[in-house]
Amino acid sequence: MHVVVCIKQVPDSREIRIDPVSNTLIREGVPAIVNIFDLHGVEEAVRIKERIACTRVTVLTMGPKSARSALQECISLGADEGVLVSDRAFAGADTLATSYVLAEAIRMAAQVWGPVDLVICGKQTLDGDTGQVGPGIAARLDLEQLTYVERIRSVDPDAGRITVERHLEDGVEVVETSLPALVTVVEGINEVRRASMPGMLRAVRYEPLVWTVADFPEIDRSRLGLKGSPTVVGKAWVPEPITRSGEALGGPDGDGNGNDSAAQVAAAQLFDR
Amino acid sequence: ETPAEAQVLSEHEGILVIVEQRLGQARSVSWQLLGQGRRLADKLGTKLMALVLGYRVEPVAREAIAYGADVAYLWDDPVLERYRTRPYSEAAVHVIRAEKPEIVLVGATYTGRDLAGAVATRLETGLTADCTLLDVEPPPTRLLQASRPAFSEKLMATILCKKRRPQMASARPGVFEALPPDPNRSGRVVRVGSTLREEDVAARVLDFIQDPDRVNLEDATVIVAGGRGVGGPQGFQLLRQLAQVLGGEVGASRPAVEAGWIDRAHQVGQTGQTVRPKLYIACGISGAVQHLVGMEGSQVIVAVNREPDAPIFRVADYRIVGDLHQVVPALIAEARRRLGP
Ligand SMILES: Cc1cc2nc3c(=O)[nH]c(=O)nc-3n(C[C@H](O)[C@H](O)[C@@H](O)COP(=O)(O)OP(=O)(O)OC[C@H]3O[C@@H](n4cnc5c(N)ncnc54)[C@H](O)[C@@H]3O)c2cc1C
Ligand SMILES: Cc1cc2nc3c(=O)[nH]c(=O)nc-3n(C[C@H](O)[C@H](O)[C@H](O)COP(=O)(O)OP(=O)(O)OC[C@H]3O[C@@H](n4cnc5c(N)ncnc54)[C@H](O)[C@@H]3O)c2cc1C
Repeated sequence: MHVVVCIKQVPDSREIRIDPVSNTLIREGVPAIVNIFDLHGVEEAVRIKERIACTRVTVLTMGPKSARSALQECISLGADEGVLVSDRAFAGADTLATSYVLAEAIRMAAQVWGPVDLVICGKQTLDGDTGQVGPGIAARLDLEQLTYVERIRSVDPDAGRITVERHLEDGVEVVETSLPALVTVVEGINEVRRASMPGMLRAVRYEPLVWTVADFPEIDRSRLGLKGSPTVVGKAWVPEPITRSGEALGGPDGDGNGNDSAAQVAAAQLFDR
Repeated sequence: ETPAEAQVLSEHEGILVIVEQRLGQARSVSWQLLGQGRRLADKLGTKLMALVLGYRVEPVAREAIAYGADVAYLWDDPVLERYRTRPYSEAAVHVIRAEKPEIVLVGATYTGRDLAGAVATRLETGLTADCTLLDVEPPPTRLLQASRPAFSEKLMATILCKKRRPQMASARPGVFEALPPDPNRSGRVVRVGSTLREEDVAARVLDFIQDPDRVNLEDATVIVAGGRGVGGPQGFQLLRQLAQVLGGEVGASRPAVEAGWIDRAHQVGQTGQTVRPKLYIACGISGAVQHLVGMEGSQVIVAVNREPDAPIFRVADYRIVGDLHQVVPALIAEARRRLGP
């Protein structure tokens, strides 16, 4: 069975600050990490490989050259091969252009390593945060689409079936469908292992394959990067924190600290408002 | 703009909202989007359309009219009884190609996001995710200004789709306001549909397991929310009692969820739900921006916190400085006294 996992290197958005003077993002010094949901995708693929003999796990990312390290991290977790799809022409892609390139790269991976049975994506990224790339790839490759998967109950390449549990707002939906399929995973699906010693040793020396535009003879250049992206960012601004001039209840400046009667006063006042 | 692009732009008119329903029950985000869609359609001087996909869902199409649509397209088909990406996206693409709206809006729910990504790709058009502001430039540009929070809500960005149609956006539940439904509003329900065949659909929904800890924050009028200050699962029992007397639901901050005191479904904020109840009582919540973005649209906010300068107080209409273990029981007692047990 051939599993392709799509991963993205993202800035750790928790570390991003706003420059108070220029009101712009400070990106310098923000660590680049593998999108957290994608690590769960790699883990799930490696678990499938451990269950089903002759399974191959290919990890794919579109990004700048520096994304090599992200692929190496996935190799250390047990992926077989890593591909970096990288070219100036891909830069500035929105989700439509991104899913186009990733779909083409998955076709190529199928030519190199055999037909792809399962594509795994994260449910969304920490930066763009749209959750649209997975469904985009599925639509382009005409794969069965199963999003927000919190458990793969079974996957059977011989029968060509997969059964998953999808996480919805009010419960869990159990769905079965045919392979090839694309699933997007939530963080609850598994716990990502720590890299093993042999995994780490392989990763340090590992050089991912790099595919550029020239490696895709059939690709439609008008659909790449900025040019192939229908969406553009108009303006960006730092939202004003909203404030309300609140009324204090329960005594001067609402001070009910450690005082039951003040709490009662506050409660009574609230219900009088 | 090439002549071909100009033609695409001029051919598309009107706003279409894809209504989400399960087993005949519409989600409130659909009505919220019809409310916002109505405002935008009036600004453009154009029509507001609803698309209802499902099986035996004609009442939902009528509701869509009551909530502001001029036309409700109804695709009623046994294949659409349960949501599955393939038939739903096929049907939506079919109707959008035929009716050519300039704007398509979808709720940013799990199902809505699953569908929107598939549909936008098949239509080769732009899709802005998870919007919290939607506006239009007046004619002649008529551009949809779809704005969304970015980088952990630290920034807002407006995203435009200038050359392709329709312009698509998914929008968060709880952000926009529905119109009061008017059963006497006039509008047309138009049946549409063609060739969906069950044999062509590989996916089977085998089961749906309702979450016993299910919570409907989106539609709650009162939310009693707790944070790290609640101290543990027992503290949340206290909040549950207050919520119960007030006829509300319990919400939580992320640390409370991560500590395992309460299920993730209760989380309010950037990575949880956006809510806009009539009354939001925040107990032991400091008021981090990632929490505030999820609840600052509430009508009345009461904050209970023992630190007088907790940031939550800056968005509160009523401030109660004190230990929640004293204040909440007092609130429960007072509420019982006034509203009955
Ligand atoms: C603040 C901000 C807002 C944006 N808003 C929009 C918008 O509304 N609409 C829009 O079309 N674009 C938008 N973009 C652009 C878009 O986010 C990215 O450029 C696009 O390349 C990837 O989309 P995503 O990060 O949202 O991925 P998601 O769709 O959230 O990613 C889902 C999964 O797809 C896979 N994946 C995504 N990107 C890659 C990659 N490069 N390589 C390999 N696998 C990948 C991963 O498995 C990932 O977990 C925005 C960008 C930013 C920075
Ligand atoms: C990417 C990202 C996404 C996030 N998403 C979310 C999200 O969706 N939702 C969310 O809530 N957070 C989210 N967070 C976390 C957020 O930044 C804050 O850490 C979190 O909201 C703080 O939770 P808290 O107020 O419960 O805890 P704390 O900040 O620890 O505050 C506890 C408060 O309780 C008060 N207190 C303590 N004991 C008592 C008592 N006995 N009586 C009264 N008051 C008491 C304290 O004075 C304090 O103000 C996110 C963070 C990141 C980086």
